[in-house]
Amino acid sequence: MRNRVSIAMTILLLLSITSCKREERQLRPDPNASQTLNTVQVSGLNPGANSISSPPPAGQYEESAYAVSQGKTLYNQYNCVGCHANGGGGIGPPLMDNNWIYGSEPGNVFATIMQGRPNGMPSFRNRIPEYQAWEIAAYVRSMSGLLPKDVAPSRSDQLYVKPAEQSMPYQAPAGVTGEPEEKK
Amino acid sequence: MAISEPVVVPQSGAADRLARTWAQPRGFWGWFQNVHHTAIGVRFMVTSFIFFLLGGVLAAMMRWQLVRPEHNAIGPDLYNQLFTVHGSTMIFLFAVPMMFQGFGVYVVPHMCGTRNIAFPRLNAFSYYIYVVGALLLWVGLFLKTGADAGWFAYVPLSGPEFTPGKRSDFWAQMITFTEVSALGVAICITTTILRYRAPGMTLNRMPILLWEKLVTSIMVIFAMPSVMVVSSMLLMDRTINTQFFNPSVGGDVLLYQHLFWFFGHPEVYIIFLPATAIVSTVVAVFARRHIFGYVPIVTSVVATGFLGFSVWVHHMFATGLPQMSASFFTAASLMIVIPTAVQFYCWMATIWHGRLQLKLPMLWIFGFFFVFLIGGLSGVMLASVPLDWQVHDTFFVVAHFHYVLIGGALFPMFGGMYFWIPKITGRMMNDRLGKIHFWLFFVGFNLTFFTMHFLGLHGMPRRVYTYTPEMRWGALNLLATIGVVFMTAGILVFIANFFQSKATGRFAGPNPWGAGSLEWATPSPPPHYNFLELPTVNGREALWEAEPNQPIVGGVREDIPEVLVTNTLDSEPEYRDELPGPSIWPFLTAIAVSIAFIWSIFSPWGIAYGAIPVVITLIGWLWPRGHSPSPRVPEPALEARWIR
Amino acid sequence: MIGFSRVPLLAAGVFASYPGDHSILHPAGPQASNIEWLYWVIFWIVFVVYVVVVLGFMRAGARTYTSADEMLPIMKDEAGDRRASWAVGSAITITVLTLFAVLVMSEITGKKVEGETSKNPVTIQVIGHQWWWEVIYPDPQADQTVTTANEIHVPVGKRVVILTNSADVIHSFWAPSINGKRDLLPGYSSAFWLQIDQPGVYHGQCAEFCGLQHAHMGFSIVAEREDAFSQWKAQQLKPAQDPTELVTVHGRDVFLTHACVMCHTIRGTDAGSRLGPDLTHIASRQMIAAETLPNTPGALAGWIVDPQRIKPGNRMSPNPLQPDDLQALITYLQTLK
Repeated sequence: MRNRVSIAMTILLLLSITSCKREERQLRPDPNASQTLNTVQVSGLNPGANSISSPPPAGQYEESAYAVSQGKTLYNQYNCVGCHANGGGGIGPPLMDNNWIYGSEPGNVFATIMQGRPNGMPSFRNRIPEYQAWEIAAYVRSMSGLLPKDVAPSRSDQLYVKPAEQSMPYQAPAGVTGEPEEKK
Repeated sequence: MAISEPVVVPQSGAADRLARTWAQPRGFWGWFQNVHHTAIGVRFMVTSFIFFLLGGVLAAMMRWQLVRPEHNAIGPDLYNQLFTVHGSTMIFLFAVPMMFQGFGVYVVPHMCGTRNIAFPRLNAFSYYIYVVGALLLWVGLFLKTGADAGWFAYVPLSGPEFTPGKRSDFWAQMITFTEVSALGVAICITTTILRYRAPGMTLNRMPILLWEKLVTSIMVIFAMPSVMVVSSMLLMDRTINTQFFNPSVGGDVLLYQHLFWFFGHPEVYIIFLPATAIVSTVVAVFARRHIFGYVPIVTSVVATGFLGFSVWVHHMFATGLPQMSASFFTAASLMIVIPTAVQFYCWMATIWHGRLQLKLPMLWIFGFFFVFLIGGLSGVMLASVPLDWQVHDTFFVVAHFHYVLIGGALFPMFGGMYFWIPKITGRMMNDRLGKIHFWLFFVGFNLTFFTMHFLGLHGMPRRVYTYTPEMRWGALNLLATIGVVFMTAGILVFIANFFQSKATGRFAGPNPWGAGSLEWATPSPPPHYNFLELPTVNGREALWEAEPNQPIVGGVREDIPEVLVTNTLDSEPEYRDELPGPSIWPFLTAIAVSIAFIWSIFSPWGIAYGAIPVVITLIGWLWPRGHSPSPRVPEPALEARWIR
Repeated sequence: MIGFSRVPLLAAGVFASYPGDHSILHPAGPQASNIEWLYWVIFWIVFVVYVVVVLGFMRAGARTYTSADEMLPIMKDEAGDRRASWAVGSAITITVLTLFAVLVMSEITGKKVEGETSKNPVTIQVIGHQWWWEVIYPDPQADQTVTTANEIHVPVGKRVVILTNSADVIHSFWAPSINGKRDLLPGYSSAFWLQIDQPGVYHGQCAEFCGLQHAHMGFSIVAEREDAFSQWKAQQLKPAQDPTELVTVHGRDVFLTHACVMCHTIRGTDAGSRLGPDLTHIASRQMIAAETLPNTPGALAGWIVDPQRIKPGNRMSPNPLQPDDLQALITYLQTLK
């Protein structure tokens, strides 16, 4: 009887130390933490070459269901739907397919949001805080099934015309040649 | 009228034969094969008490956070998890498993005069399923996946958009586990009470506790499916994108509330009725007479069971209901006071025309009278719609339900523990420590929860993790937190008392309280075969009305685990039934079912693939075992001589 | 928690009005008065019942108490039981009648509270958000519609109807001194009547758990004389005045070039987002952040720079502004009366 109790307690203690990344909620991001990608990075001549290495912040956003869900809310609230609809595109290119014009890494998407892009993508630097841009980038990646199913957001309480991101099949991002790259 | 000792006509070697037949395996794996109701009942009681303590720790943390304004000890995210897990633990992991499952599974077969509970493997399965569900919720809390939308998890807050991650899913599946467990035990108890009663124990002579357990079991059978449905709907909304509660496409957020509270209100009566069972039992014993008003009390119990299903909308008065609906449910909610009032008056009459011996269990029953009554009367206030519009979702309601739950369930529970622990462990508990426990807990409880009435009247809503100093709620909150210290001290005294008495307490003997029901006809602690000779019954209190030569049941085999099945109304013997012996299949099935349910949190394929091990283990469980071979000597004819 | 000294605030008279009255037992209008009456009636009824029953149990225990240690023989008292039957029967009858009386009184009160309607009320639409209150005074003419947040003004003595709705989860609108509460349910809209008879400020709070900052979702109702109310409403209709001084012009530029413009509206500028509270007349409000902080420069600065420190989990992001920009922004916002 005593052995059973002590085994149980040990397991519980270990669990409390490991905790669960999916459920991490950063309510107050350190204001100075993510001043990293504010400089313009020089890459190769074709879009998407030399993917911008994602600094540590990206991982924490991609693993937290709260952050991705915040990204979904912000995507609607900051009117990304105005040009990109719910991923199907319109004025802007679709975001839920496997064609990533400027690269599919979180850092690429973050840079796109912050810097703007030719042909109409505005720059949101100083308008959207960096941590929110990371959250939106994580959400955009979830649209094509690039995030694990338990982290990707489920359906929202709005009138939606597409399945929730947790049900989207994985679509490997197409490389420059149009072929799917290896799953990262 | 003298209490007769159980008539034991020892046959040579009967005790040894029975002990061998009903023995439960020992050792590590033996523990998982045990199917005897005393072991399972004790497990329910011990496990649920541990979760009571854990839930109490959470409550202490909450009170610590609220002790002064703008206290920054605990942030909002953790606080939300604390009150959600506290409420869910206390209701789903403590109140029902202790009051209904623990006490019921232990006491009911004894009181019926039989050797084991009906469907013993289902009973064991229910325990394992309950443990997994409980662990699910708490492991979630440790992993930051603690449910955080309140113990009733209203949508849309608990829904897919506003609770990201798996928090509400863990909560919803915990519900599924605990409700399957409760349903299993309800089936076992209903069958035992209706079919395994000793000959002579007609429905009219059934102890009130058995009536209450019967009504509670039927309430469980009707109420639990509602919450399983609603938690499954929530789970489906979150995992497979159904739209049950999505208002923008035709779903309805109030549907959730209706389905939940259709369960939620009977749930509190599922907790309360077993407590009134304990009260009726203990009052009769310590007033040294039959309970006054047996028929009114039984009628009240049954009426409460029915009426409990007709009042659920009083949890939704603030949602903007039509006036006709609000009036109906006000009337029903006031009407349900009447059966409880009837019971109160009958208890008072029992004491008034009895001879009160204020032993420790009875002290707790008096505590119940004084404390539950406050909760019941504040409930009358809440039943009135305009007043409910003001105090709903405030600390007034928190005070009300703690008064009815702690006063109405916890006080009788402690009384029942001091009453029956001598039977379970064989030793009396220390009287002085028990009184210290009572007074510490009584003072601390009132200090904490009476002040909350005023907090509610002065505008403090529920589930707030902090408040500003200008609201002038600080002093009352400080008082409320101080009460926690007293309650904790009382409970620590109880735990110390329990362990000390178990080791060195005075030996209890079979019937230390001179009680009348059949469980006191066994040695303390009872052997696995419960009764050496299966008893018969002459009246409502079996031992008080037993004749000097009270007949016993003959003819039930002692070499296989056999029980006597009797007629439902008149309890005349019908046939003998062989019960299954120890088995590992309940445990394995519980593991398989747990895998399926937990997998389904993360993927809908969990139900499909997880069904395979469940089917396999069910096949193992239900594999026909045939009947034991007849003994070489001719089988004895069934004999039961009794006087009607 | 950002600390703020109370002395200068008291001097400024700000604390005098926070929080407004918020007690069920301090009613300021007919609805709350009727409910308070019902409360006291039921309270005294249940108080008497409690005293009688408790005395009954104590008497029952006292008259039959024995301190014998061993358990006494079982007894019967048939004559006593016959008397008890009569007593219990009478008690049950009295109980039923009392409950019926409670039912009747509560029905009457309910009808009174719900019946305070009018054909010509002041109409206010309240939409609950996580974790603030959007307040709209609708008007058939679009440019006569007032949009504000968290602070509701009503004229004294007139019937007001609140049309409830919610933008996200279930909230509950509750000002204890004014009326009971009404849940704001997404997908449902309901009409909720109130009337305030005494001028003053009344505090309210969200009363249905709605997430991380449920504890800090307050609002206030300011009841003022008819002319003051009309004046307030006329002022709220005006767009924000154009800044003239250098520092306020700079402040408006800060507002329009930083994250503020993504969520807030200031009518009269380009900022038109409806995600957060309307700030066109922010300086006219007593409190900010849904009745969490006083509307003073220091509190405002702390709130803008780090709202997550004060209300962790709320929807406003931190804004690490340069000190000059922050100062200019605060000065500009304080001109938005």
